[in-house]
Amino acid sequence: MSKPLIELSGITKSYGPVSALKGVDLTLYENEIIGLIGDNGAGKSTLIKILAGVERFDSGRMTYLGQDIEPKKYSVSTARRMGIETVFQDKSLGESQSIWRNFFMGRHLHNRLGFIRVAHEKKEAMRVLTDIIGLRGVGVSANAPVSVLSGGERQGLAIGRAMYFDARVVIMDEPTTALAVKEVEKVLGFARNLKVQGKSAIFVSHNLYHVYDVADRFLFFQHGKIRSELRKEEATPKILIDTLMKCS
Amino acid sequence: MQSFVDYLKFNAVQWTITFVFMVLLFSFMVFAPHTFLHSRIYIAYLSTIPFAGMIAIAMTLVVISGEIDLSFPSVMAASGFTFAKAYAFTSSPELGLVAALATGALAGVVNGVLVVGFKVPSIIATIGTQFFWRGLTVLLAGGLALNMAEIRETAFHHLMVGRWFDWLPAQAVWFALLTALFWLLLNRHVLGDHLRFCGDNSSAAQMMGIPVARTRISVFVIMGMVTGLSGAMVCMEMASWWPTQGEGYMLLVFAAVFVGGTSVFGGQGTIYGTLVGAIIIGMIEAGIISSGLSGLWTRMVYGIVIIVSVSAHAFLTKYSKK
Repeated sequence: MSKPLIELSGITKSYGPVSALKGVDLTLYENEIIGLIGDNGAGKSTLIKILAGVERFDSGRMTYLGQDIEPKKYSVSTARRMGIETVFQDKSLGESQSIWRNFFMGRHLHNRLGFIRVAHEKKEAMRVLTDIIGLRGVGVSANAPVSVLSGGERQGLAIGRAMYFDARVVIMDEPTTALAVKEVEKVLGFARNLKVQGKSAIFVSHNLYHVYDVADRFLFFQHGKIRSELRKEEATPKILIDTLMKCS
Repeated sequence: MQSFVDYLKFNAVQWTITFVFMVLLFSFMVFAPHTFLHSRIYIAYLSTIPFAGMIAIAMTLVVISGEIDLSFPSVMAASGFTFAKAYAFTSSPELGLVAALATGALAGVVNGVLVVGFKVPSIIATIGTQFFWRGLTVLLAGGLALNMAEIRETAFHHLMVGRWFDWLPAQAVWFALLTALFWLLLNRHVLGDHLRFCGDNSSAAQMMGIPVARTRISVFVIMGMVTGLSGAMVCMEMASWWPTQGEGYMLLVFAAVFVGGTSVFGGQGTIYGTLVGAIIIGMIEAGIISSGLSGLWTRMVYGIVIIVSVSAHAFLTKYSKK
């Protein structure tokens, strides 16, 4: 058995009187893709924000590679530095900014005075996007705004930059929502590629076929808790649908 | 080659504004050759454009970050006032400048705290602070202007707003340096990158670990300090301070920024565009008068230039998104 990367036990989170998470236990192992399934409002996005460092959990325990994580000291930048990278559905990119700026968004390679190494960044961004992600859009250059990319390519950019910064865990929030069919196939390809590269991932989606396609293990979320768990070997898309129905 | 094509494609707004500038300059040269084919008018422009131009350059950063600052005309008066007072007490224009910069920075912090801390939209917060700073200044000054004719004798006056080599207005040099510095800041510095993302999509910026609050406060402080600098320089140029200082700058500055192609929705804008915008707005009046039209034409021509430029930008923005 591979070793656990992230372990959550009894994680809770409330927004005022509303408790979004009521004690979540979850373990993500090395080189494993978890599919997170649940109805709207089940608490999936709260959990993702906590893992991403956007929100703090109220109580419970989170460890990364066996190290305890102090919620107060855990932010987006610490998460990214530790190798946990989140790709949010539509909140990962600045639409009218150039591709290279988006690639290095929030963590540019700069000198001591804060000046960015622009030429180097442009080269690196294009190298990763063409080699790793296989972006072949005609006439796409590092200076083009992200808005020229298709939905799938944008997800590719976000996943590509996670890989460039050597993330060990990539969390994908509804990466296939609102994409054309061909685009979906691309994004599922990116997710499978993460596994080939030895990374781990958490894949959140409404579409059970997409989750079934990429995940090794399926967790069902309901009312702020994980209600049931299935392994790939014991699941079919039909079983997933039935389980989801029971959990919603 | 690819990068050259991209250069044309992704800088359409800059090309437009350059074109508008060339058309204006050319028509002035045709209709007022006795003025526009001689250097004197250009030297006069070098002495008048920088004051509003510097503020417009700083405002570009504010607008790109998705904010707006309507308080700057009053902040200009307030920092001009502290400049004049500090100079009157210490006889040192250098200390006066420090006081003006500090006043501007303070006004910037107040705006920043209102917007970031109290979450008041900047368009509303800065209307409030505009009244506040103007009111406070007029109250402290007792409504009277301050004269400082003897400041013209100081070396610092010569350094900041004198005529170098007996012809070059010093403020044009400072304006050029400031413009270059802000170009670097916006295009090559991490802070400029943060500003772009804050204006483009602030929740994405937050989710991606960009220090949104800190960035917003910094941009207001930078804006305040540049306003303070401009206020102090206007006082030096005129050798006096008066209570309505800065009031005429509101439209000039915003016209320069938006004629220059900066998007009011944030995230997009260029220093080059604002520079050319400031020059266009600054040259129209003299151009019209020396072309033999009456001064009554000025406002209408401003209107036409602004409408044509912003329509062209809107059209290009829509077109280039496809």
